[in-house]
Amino acid sequence: MKAFARLLDQLILTPSRNEKVALVRRYLGTTPDPDRGYALAALTGDLHLPAVKPAVLRALVAERVDEVLFRLSYDYVGDLAETISLIWEAAGASEDLPLSVVVERLTSASRGAAAAVVGDLLDRLDPSSRYALLKLVTGNLRTGFSARLAKVALAEHGGVPVTEIEELWHGLVAPYGALFAWLDGRASKPVNLARGPFRPVMLATPVSESELAALDPAAFAAEWKWDGIRVQVVSDRGVRRLYSRSGDDISAAFPDALDAIEFEGSIDGELLVRHEGGVAPFAALQQRLNRKTVGKATLADYPAFIRAYDLLVDADDDLRHLPFRDRRARLESIITGKSPDRLDLSPLIPFEAWDELATRREAPPSPVIEGVMLKRWDSAYLAGRPKGPWFKWKRDPFVIDAVLMYAQRGHGRRSSFYSDYTFGVWTGEGALTPVGKAYFGFTDEELLQIDRYVRDNTVERFGPVRAVRAEPGHGLVLEVAFEGLNRSRRHKSGVAMRFPRISRLRWDKRPAEADRLEALESLLETTGA
Amino acid sequence: MTSPPLLPRVEGLYCPAGDFFIDPVRPVERALVTHGHADHARAGHRAVLATAETLDIMAIRYGPDFARETQAADSAWITLGESRVRFVPAGHILGSAQIVVEVGGTRVVAGGDFKRGSDPTCAEFELVPCDVFISEATFGLPVFRHPPARDEIGKLIASLGVNVHRTHLVGAYALGKAQRVIRLLRDAGYDAPIFLHGSLQRLCDYYQSRGVALGRLLPATVDAPRDGFAGRVVIGPPTSFGTPWARRFADPMIAFASGWMGVRPRIRQRGVELPLVISDHSDWPELTQTIEDVGAEQIWVTHGQEEALVRWCELQGIRARPLNLVGYEEEPE
Repeated sequence: MKAFARLLDQLILTPSRNEKVALVRRYLGTTPDPDRGYALAALTGDLHLPAVKPAVLRALVAERVDEVLFRLSYDYVGDLAETISLIWEAAGASEDLPLSVVVERLTSASRGAAAAVVGDLLDRLDPSSRYALLKLVTGNLRTGFSARLAKVALAEHGGVPVTEIEELWHGLVAPYGALFAWLDGRASKPVNLARGPFRPVMLATPVSESELAALDPAAFAAEWKWDGIRVQVVSDRGVRRLYSRSGDDISAAFPDALDAIEFEGSIDGELLVRHEGGVAPFAALQQRLNRKTVGKATLADYPAFIRAYDLLVDADDDLRHLPFRDRRARLESIITGKSPDRLDLSPLIPFEAWDELATRREAPPSPVIEGVMLKRWDSAYLAGRPKGPWFKWKRDPFVIDAVLMYAQRGHGRRSSFYSDYTFGVWTGEGALTPVGKAYFGFTDEELLQIDRYVRDNTVERFGPVRAVRAEPGHGLVLEVAFEGLNRSRRHKSGVAMRFPRISRLRWDKRPAEADRLEALESLLETTGA
Repeated sequence: MTSPPLLPRVEGLYCPAGDFFIDPVRPVERALVTHGHADHARAGHRAVLATAETLDIMAIRYGPDFARETQAADSAWITLGESRVRFVPAGHILGSAQIVVEVGGTRVVAGGDFKRGSDPTCAEFELVPCDVFISEATFGLPVFRHPPARDEIGKLIASLGVNVHRTHLVGAYALGKAQRVIRLLRDAGYDAPIFLHGSLQRLCDYYQSRGVALGRLLPATVDAPRDGFAGRVVIGPPTSFGTPWARRFADPMIAFASGWMGVRPRIRQRGVELPLVISDHSDWPELTQTIEDVGAEQIWVTHGQEEALVRWCELQGIRARPLNLVGYEEEPE
């Protein structure tokens, strides 16, 4: 349990994604079974322990600690699990109980006995392990480490592509003995016997207009790149599932999309929602993501549907080795006539030459299109992101000129730099209102320049944040590129940018020449948000 | 007790019988200073009575003219007006003292900042039974239980072994903490040179001159090649990490040695990747143990979490009150 607790602490404190992955990889390489399997399940969200309510924990601690001292401590620390882990006075010396023992004791406890088991474990563990235990039983580790990254770390540990892990994942349960045996070279690859398995998705690489010139247009099919969620819909002898592109099962949030399945097999497509007759922008879809259940009103107002791109399995026939041309023909024959408001076919864009396609790309038929996909007619369906067979040719990003308002120091190797920027545009009243934050897009040299500007032009400090001079005649204009705009009630300006980054420093511009909020508002209109 | 031997005033803790202040925060005629941290030891008093080390440290920081008159104190009694005082070790930093004040038949001990655990850079806390004990309460909540300092240094040494390409930037306050971290590293067998931020040099030299061996210390100068610090320990005051000074180090691992590092929100707030719970103040068990040990009738609680420590005293049936002195920081510098 100590090793697991230390891992959680390190994951919380390590800012770098690669370092986090390395920490988990090292943990998996040095921790015995079945502990590492349970830890992995905890990180991927697949460890299901009986939940213990905060009130129960408070009652446990009230038996041992004066109420006033507990309240003062909790006020100071601000987190229940951490307060209890620190304030708990163990009866004797702590032990390093294996994580598996902790998990087994918790899962075998009857409903009424869970609190007593937790109390006994708290008595036997050190403070860090107590914290880990309490985070496990209250159901949220808050490590900032996604299930996807856990699988990446596992793949690195075993030296296999992460797609192989994703493909197997849904047929496995903690503590994953057979999986580790395979990754450690002690056994052959486990066979996924579960119905409705996920199949690793094929991804495209970006391409620019100049790179296209070297390619033969006749070798490629083109279709629209929709701004929804890439999904895989599977129907396998009664088991229907909707997977995200990293293999997470998102069926529960989209029962209406699942209803559309009247075929046996596996379709690759885009999950979209409709609203008032048209395809709704990404923001509407986002409302439905991460929901455990969906209300009737939402189902009626924002019905989900799937736009099919590809066919991976037709009944029992695995088609992935066939060329795209053949898979597409099979897909068309399957889709035709099926409930079209739930499942339709992504249309192909006819074209002869690249400039013809470029013209069409400039004027897409729907605002919910973010570019064009190019797929070689002869491409097999390969896991991962092979370079060559598939390209995404995205619409140019939107850009605005905004004024730097606040800067915050970064973390890790950027802790001596003001590297996180809040920028704003002018309102009708002539004031700046913040419209977004960005912390990348600039070069190292530009970072030095902005950092120097921030230090020389600070007007106020709030902890790690500095307000900088931003007046019509004096300030730093940043060209900000972004992929889209959503309405937002959480932001004062009423808009939220998707994927904003700094594309250029406009030392040549005066802040008065920066954009106005009206420009963003009219963009909301034209993009249908 | 008829009139209290010590009472709080805006300048600091005042002794009417001896006409002096303890750790005054404003310039006064006569100041008794417990230790050299800047919020306790200020420049500008007419006369200062403190341990020889504290006087040296004040001279290093404020220049030789920090007071018009100075007197070095040790454990011998010194008579001041109608009172007598003596200085005994507090175990906080080099030269730190508790001040024992006797007026009439009443003995008050102003503990200053103190800790009970072992520390090779200063004299160990000495227990003085008394009628009134004035306790600090920096870590006066039961959530503060500092692990053994050598275990924490073990974490730093382990990280040096794993993250060989990263500069380990250890934040430590310039007086006391920095020298203790260095000494703990040496005692754990770490004998590579340790690199210093310029502001630490003079105090480290002073510690060495007082017999605290710190091994080979080098300035963390810009002239060194950028990757010359990879896998090395660099020690600087925590505030230096947010400045351009910190940019000379390749892929820094930010560590911070402080009692606050036992609490996760504090760790995250500072952007620390490697927290080291090393404190020069008492933790909760040490505070409560000390209060029990001195056997005082009354406990006065000052700077920190007074409310919780007063509450604990009440639960034990010990009379206690908060002093509400102003001007002291939660951890100096």
